[in-house]
Amino acid sequence: MNYERIINPALQQLKPSGIRKFFDIAAEMEDVISLSVGEPDFPTPWHIRQEGIGTLEKGRTWYSPNAGLLALRQAIAGYVQRHNGVTYDPKTEILVTVGGSEAIDLCFRALLAPGDEVLIPDPCFVCYDPLTRLAGGVPVSLTTRVEDAFRLTAQALRAAITPRTKLLVLPFPNNPTGAVMPREELEAIAEVLRGTDIMVLSDEIYGELTYDGEHVSITSLPGMQERTVLVSGFSKAFAMTGWRLGYACGPAPVMKMLTKLHQFAIMCAPTTAQYAAIEAMNNGDEDVRTMREEYDMRRRFIVDELNRLGLTCFEPQGAFYVFPSIRRSGMSSEEFCRRLLEEKHVAVVPGTAFGDSGEGFVRISYCYSLEHITEALRRIGEFLQEL
Amino acid sequence: MDKLLQLLDTNARLTAEQMAVMLGVPVAEVEERLATMEKAGVVRGYKALIDWDKVDSEHVTAYIDLQIAPSKDKGFDGVAEAIMAFDEVESVTLMSGGYDLSVKITGRSFKDVAMFVAKRLSPLDGVLSTATHFVLKTYKERGVLFDSKEKDERGLV
Repeated sequence: MNYERIINPALQQLKPSGIRKFFDIAAEMEDVISLSVGEPDFPTPWHIRQEGIGTLEKGRTWYSPNAGLLALRQAIAGYVQRHNGVTYDPKTEILVTVGGSEAIDLCFRALLAPGDEVLIPDPCFVCYDPLTRLAGGVPVSLTTRVEDAFRLTAQALRAAITPRTKLLVLPFPNNPTGAVMPREELEAIAEVLRGTDIMVLSDEIYGELTYDGEHVSITSLPGMQERTVLVSGFSKAFAMTGWRLGYACGPAPVMKMLTKLHQFAIMCAPTTAQYAAIEAMNNGDEDVRTMREEYDMRRRFIVDELNRLGLTCFEPQGAFYVFPSIRRSGMSSEEFCRRLLEEKHVAVVPGTAFGDSGEGFVRISYCYSLEHITEALRRIGEFLQEL
Repeated sequence: MDKLLQLLDTNARLTAEQMAVMLGVPVAEVEERLATMEKAGVVRGYKALIDWDKVDSEHVTAYIDLQIAPSKDKGFDGVAEAIMAFDEVESVTLMSGGYDLSVKITGRSFKDVAMFVAKRLSPLDGVLSTATHFVLKTYKERGVLFDSKEKDERGLV
């Protein structure tokens, strides 16, 4: 069998993840301290797990409606109203998905005709580019700079718009930079988009993990709800990464298409996770607050230490990543990470894994205990001394 | 400022500077709060959590349940005061339920501890009965896993 001839050539052309082989090496080593994962170190709060377990015990193991349990969609509508001040109809404007990941994929597949351009801030999470290509779209990178606290500027946006631009991806708070878009910056973006036919995919999966101020959703700005698909989920805020549950909210005609795709490809998101998620939405705010405060303490600690070590970090205001510059080492991001791993057994992610604008930076996660972070920073300090 | 207490409870060796950074407040404020809490007896001490089994083969711990006849003027306090004076006694607590005082003792051997109970605790005025339970293995103490190492099951995403 010649599989190379059989497999979809579009997939073969996709760049494989650059950091995969790097972490395969790390997996072989003893005594590696990793600061590289992208999920909470907290397990899902007990009352949420208990709810899920309870429904399994009661035998509630059947399909849910395609769009998700109505009770969950209603809970999501209430939650989004409470936190973002925006109203969505649970019956026609909300879809429960298998993680925020599925929602992103559905959005591309529902909106992109072949050749449509998708504007993607750089650096950012690795999925937008390949999923855009697979849906037949053309990804266009928008460079964000540390001078702008890695925010997307109206200038950069305007310069990239062409007659073929269909969609802007707005992933804030951002992975890997930890950047957030405050109201004024979002307003500047909204201003550019109003009156056009350009849609927005607002990936707000880290929305609840915003420090020093409230998260603002672009959907709450005038003229934006009608052109935005809001994507979020339960993974980061409620520490439910493994449950695979997210949601998309948007204008009814668009959501109808996403639901159609979802119906054929997935049927419905895991029912157990949905029951647990209802509990999360109704009673989980306190847990989110506690986890956020814990992350916040670690954030302040790690930024302070990194600056002290000479790896200047602008202060990230969201998610659980810092993106320090490693310029003072004189090495490229990949070289820095490789040598840090080999010499000190500390694993961090090169900024280039998230886009070309990530050159000269590394991503360090602080979803780890303080002890773990302290030890890792100690070794990084040694590494820098010995350069 | 229970966040400060929470931090101390997790790691008492954090410096005031580190805690100030984490809490986003000036160092002076942290130092002042620490001094106030120490003075008020809210923070009574800073002790390392040691796994003596790894250090000392001659280290035995026991929990003794004591039934006490409370005295008219001092209740249970009289007996508690007498017991807590012993160096071998690590902790004394008044408990609800089937017995009155729980006493944690450390010694060099089972015999050592048993003799301490027989000679020094049982004869005390007000002690009606004792039940000695020896610690065989510590799994977790003060929120810290002793025996196993926490396994990080997270993959690389």
